[in-house]
Amino acid sequence: MVPFDSAPPASRALVEVSWFDLGVAFGLILIAVGLARWQGVGLAQRLVMGAVRAVAQLVLVGYVLVALFALDRWYLVMAALLIILIVATHAAVTRLPGSRRRLVMITGVAMLVASGVTLLYVSTLVVRIAPWYNPQYIIPLFGMIVGSAMTAAAIAAERLHSEITARRAEIEAYLALGAHYHHASHAAVRQAMRAALIPTVNGLMVVGVVTLPGMMTGQILAGASPLMAIRYQIVVAFMQAAAVAMTTAIVTLWYRRTFFTPTLQLRVETQESLSARD
Amino acid sequence: MQEATNPMASDMQPYADASTGATRPLPTSLPAGFTLKGVYQVKAGVTVVDGVDMDIPHGDIIALVGPSGAGKTSLLRLLNRLDDPVQGEILYRARPITHYPVQTLRRHVGFVFQTPVMFPGTVRDNLQVALTLGGNQAHDVEARMAEAMALAELDCALCDRQGDRLSGGQQQRVNIARALMTAPDVLLMDEPTSALDPATAERLMETTRRLSREQRLTVVMVTHRLAEARRSSDRLIVLERGRIVASGPTADVFGHTTDPRVRAFLATEP
Repeated sequence: MVPFDSAPPASRALVEVSWFDLGVAFGLILIAVGLARWQGVGLAQRLVMGAVRAVAQLVLVGYVLVALFALDRWYLVMAALLIILIVATHAAVTRLPGSRRRLVMITGVAMLVASGVTLLYVSTLVVRIAPWYNPQYIIPLFGMIVGSAMTAAAIAAERLHSEITARRAEIEAYLALGAHYHHASHAAVRQAMRAALIPTVNGLMVVGVVTLPGMMTGQILAGASPLMAIRYQIVVAFMQAAAVAMTTAIVTLWYRRTFFTPTLQLRVETQESLSARD
Repeated sequence: MQEATNPMASDMQPYADASTGATRPLPTSLPAGFTLKGVYQVKAGVTVVDGVDMDIPHGDIIALVGPSGAGKTSLLRLLNRLDDPVQGEILYRARPITHYPVQTLRRHVGFVFQTPVMFPGTVRDNLQVALTLGGNQAHDVEARMAEAMALAELDCALCDRQGDRLSGGQQQRVNIARALMTAPDVLLMDEPTSALDPATAERLMETTRRLSREQRLTVVMVTHRLAEARRSSDRLIVLERGRIVASGPTADVFGHTTDPRVRAFLATEP
């Protein structure tokens, strides 16, 4: 009897995709462009641009990963992780209201701590990577963790800002009664945390039933046993949940602090200008 | 009468105190009045309080009136430190208000907002929270609630009603009762009747007058209803563009002000 997680037969091993095949795949983009033009959506050019960018970015990343795997140096792997973190931080704060510098600091540190702790846990206790910086594992795992953390950080910060702005009267009413800002902003914090965590919770609920995650699909396409692929996917799902929860907690609680002065006064930038007089 | 002073003549330092955890008790032996010295406030680059000097005596009802944008609310917010002035000094019970822990100060100086704010839950929840915020595990919660409800002239039958189901007038009374739960010495009221019909507003003002009289409560009230200020307040302060342009006993200000701008403003009384 063949064990479930043994390698597939050679006849079903990875089918190589050639550059020519990629050219044929571009036909799919042309279908999308044709439909966009037909309906006058006005996105045809951006679709082509997006496709070209995706190709360029992925080809570049492919070569960078090949080089990192070949060089196999811990400091180059760490540099790659740092670049991933910086790009993710920038992407997380780009569309957020409020002070950009402050948010870069908060989301960057939150993602660094959350992703670092999660990666350390997974690489030492679960997957037990050797050597500790093995780029084949560290880079994709870190990328997936940071990807989830980035979305959570952006949602948490945006939602907290909008909740505090909307609940300004309630928060000031609590402060005026002598409440600490922890109590005054408790409802806003709870809503921001829920908003940031719900996509992850929903993702856990439907994984494998509605969606087959990209990593698992990729492993199966690359010839891995589906039972091995799901084990990795379970690890990925759990580490994303942990990273999202940690990022959300750090961003929400730290960002909240910036809305209050040490003397428990509420400061909401967008609202200050509206109530300049009286 | 002009009470504003030359800002350059004041050598007061801007507020810089950041203490919230100190445990200096309020000196209850001193009268619960305020003194403002050369107070300035700036919001979004605009000077909204422009060198205000004034005394708020203990136990009086003080009405702050003035045209829209005169800085009335901005001034009121300084008194329980929802904001701090950029310059000048505010004394409460003869000591700078920055000397008191801010949470303690706020429990002694209650604030009733223009639009009533109901916390989630019932009226009872809304009142109890005022005690639990201060870590007060008083065994007499029910008695204090009943007292606060009675003072604000609220029917005890409303206790278990959801706060957001009440009328505007009832919500404002719950807000007053909630502010009274901490047994404050001063009640700051920011246009408390602006959202109410005239009859309800008049009843609320009657309650306020009785509270001040019976509880020796100092009330500082912003209002745009001059008739209300005339009937309810002991002292009147007229603000214009962040400056005090008239102040004194209410009857005197209405009766004897010679400043033509103040007379014109007071003449707008319906």
